[in-house]
Amino acid sequence: MNKTLAILGWGAVAALGAMAVGVIALRRGEPINAMWLVVAASCCYALGYRFYSRFIATKILVLDGLRATPAERLENGRDYLVTNKWVVFGHHFAAIAGPGPLVGPVLAAQFGYLPGTMWVLAGAVFAGCVQDFVILLFSVRRDGKSLTEMAKDEIGRLGGFVAYAAVISILVILLAVCALIVVNALKSSPWGLFTIAMTMPIALLMGVYLRRIRPGKVLEVSALGFVLVLAAIWGGQYVSQNAALARVFTLSAPALAILIMAYGFAASALPVWLLLAPRDYLSTFVKLGTIGLLGVGIVALHPTLHMPALTRFVDGTGPVFAGKIFPFAFITIACGAISGFHSLISSGTTPKLIARETETRMVGYGAMMAESAVALMAIVAACVMKPGIYFAINSPAGIVGQAPAAAAATISSWGFPVTAADMQALAHSVGEQTLFNRTGGAPAFAVGMASIFSHSLGGETLMGLWYHFALMFEALFILTVLDAGTRVARFMVQDALAHVYKPLGRTSWYPSILATSALIVGAWGYFLWQGVKDPLGGINSLWPLFGIANQLLAIVALCVATTIIIKMHRAKYASVTLVPLAWLVSVTFTASWHKIFDADPRVGFLAQAKILAAGPASGATSRLIFNNRLDAAVTGILIVMVTLVLIESARQWWGILSGASEVRVKESPFVRTRLAEERG
Amino acid sequence: MKRIISGWNTFLSALREIFDETAYARFLKRAGVASSSSAYAAFRRELEEAKVRRPKCC
Repeated sequence: MNKTLAILGWGAVAALGAMAVGVIALRRGEPINAMWLVVAASCCYALGYRFYSRFIATKILVLDGLRATPAERLENGRDYLVTNKWVVFGHHFAAIAGPGPLVGPVLAAQFGYLPGTMWVLAGAVFAGCVQDFVILLFSVRRDGKSLTEMAKDEIGRLGGFVAYAAVISILVILLAVCALIVVNALKSSPWGLFTIAMTMPIALLMGVYLRRIRPGKVLEVSALGFVLVLAAIWGGQYVSQNAALARVFTLSAPALAILIMAYGFAASALPVWLLLAPRDYLSTFVKLGTIGLLGVGIVALHPTLHMPALTRFVDGTGPVFAGKIFPFAFITIACGAISGFHSLISSGTTPKLIARETETRMVGYGAMMAESAVALMAIVAACVMKPGIYFAINSPAGIVGQAPAAAAATISSWGFPVTAADMQALAHSVGEQTLFNRTGGAPAFAVGMASIFSHSLGGETLMGLWYHFALMFEALFILTVLDAGTRVARFMVQDALAHVYKPLGRTSWYPSILATSALIVGAWGYFLWQGVKDPLGGINSLWPLFGIANQLLAIVALCVATTIIIKMHRAKYASVTLVPLAWLVSVTFTASWHKIFDADPRVGFLAQAKILAAGPASGATSRLIFNNRLDAAVTGILIVMVTLVLIESARQWWGILSGASEVRVKESPFVRTRLAEERG
Repeated sequence: MKRIISGWNTFLSALREIFDETAYARFLKRAGVASSSSAYAAFRRELEEAKVRRPKCC
């Protein structure tokens, strides 16, 4: 009876999911409700978790609830600690959820809502969740080893080196992109800049409170900080209305870029307890609360999506970024579908907290599903806007023109009507001087989110507050990624330089701290400056570069996973990681080829350099030519490195399958858990 | 009702873990000291050694 009910229940979920996906995929010419996306996602996630992750857990990984995890065997009360599975889930989700799943889907919405939605659902269920799950389990079985260590052990020294180089490259490009998003969101925005500037004294106050007044009461002080940030957002409107104050807080993109680089350097070189740690807590507090609020808002208001399923820009002529739907939709959305960066988290803190092997399914597979749901919310936020407004915000001046009337006319000529007056009214309602050419995804997401929230709370009158709340939310946690990332990259460089000269590896030696901080900030600052000065808005070059680098790291992670699966004598099931691997190889290699060699100067770095070289020579032109060649070289180097890992992995697989190589899985020996008996 | 209370407690535990409050409690227990400004400073030093090496995802 129970079995029959289960079959009927899951059959109903599958039928409902198929119907929702059908509506999303086939409806043309009329707007659809966002609830179809919610229903399709809920059904896909439920089916994926119940059936696919269970298949992987039982048939391939053979999760063993009796095997002691490193959290139990190596428990030290610090890194290794047996922790409740829901607590680990929350911890893991907080670590993997960054700005990527919000920004990528907003940018990819230029193709329409359909490509992004399909990729987020299928990519997460069949690739991203699988990657996070298997890497987490393999790390648990290796005492919590990192991806680079596992790559070295299972594929060879080359695998370890490439994983290390890929991580550093991704960090540098990621930090540059993050900084560029913040610059584009805050340029000429006195309200936004004031709010973000106020988070510094608020964080200082929190730091002092935590240290001197109520040591360790982080939740309490984070709630207090949140109230103060809300007050700063409210106060920001008066700053923007006061001519003298507005002038102080109205900065150009280059000025903001310099300030952010100075902030990054300070964040990397100074002690963290006073400013950075409280900001980190505040950012996490706001992040978790806002994501939850947005989810509730979308379900409660079930808004209509005005963006068509597919736009004319699937042909590669899009203004937000250039390139056809394949492969560019699949590298633009990374974190919501599959992100190589997650494999670093899955092989970082999380495996050291897992109490039982069986919990890796819920934590690894489940948390990635939650991340995918965040990406879906971003798609909804971008697509609830009228397409004309979406394109007016996200199109760079180099494409649509600087003057509002000209930009509106260009966008309307694409079939997405918008007027300069519409945009002026919208800018006025959110307290901005203009919303034209606000590339980077953050302002568009903020407008979408403000429009969803303001329909339920406060109406048009609160639109400005909601918009700046959304902008603050994004900028705050992007800056947290920026400062934490700069420090992590500094430590990685220090570790590497210690092999050359030992004192350089000392994390307390100030000459080394300053030199390596300058090196890292200089590296991402260079790309940031390049983006700020780029006539096409910077995002056009940098976001695809970041997407390629991130997906290349996913290729390394899937190579490691496939190698281990084959070594475990589960080769007949290797398609679980091999298929996503093959897909990512085709996507990233095609995208890289286009970014380097495409004849369209908006797509190909070398073609753009060639066009510039043929024009009138000047200092600025020479710099642009050099930057394009540098971007082409960076893409090429990343591809060569990952190709080497692929060849090395394939050699391993062939050796094992043909019997030429000895199979040695480098797992920690089995130790029976004590927890099973304790729990009865 | 029991389930709701248990769910709420788990939610709070997750928040305390994410915000390092539980880590501080463990530190106090391990070091055998009471919460104070200097204890918190020592805890932060230890935490930052481990935490600054963890990347945050994009």
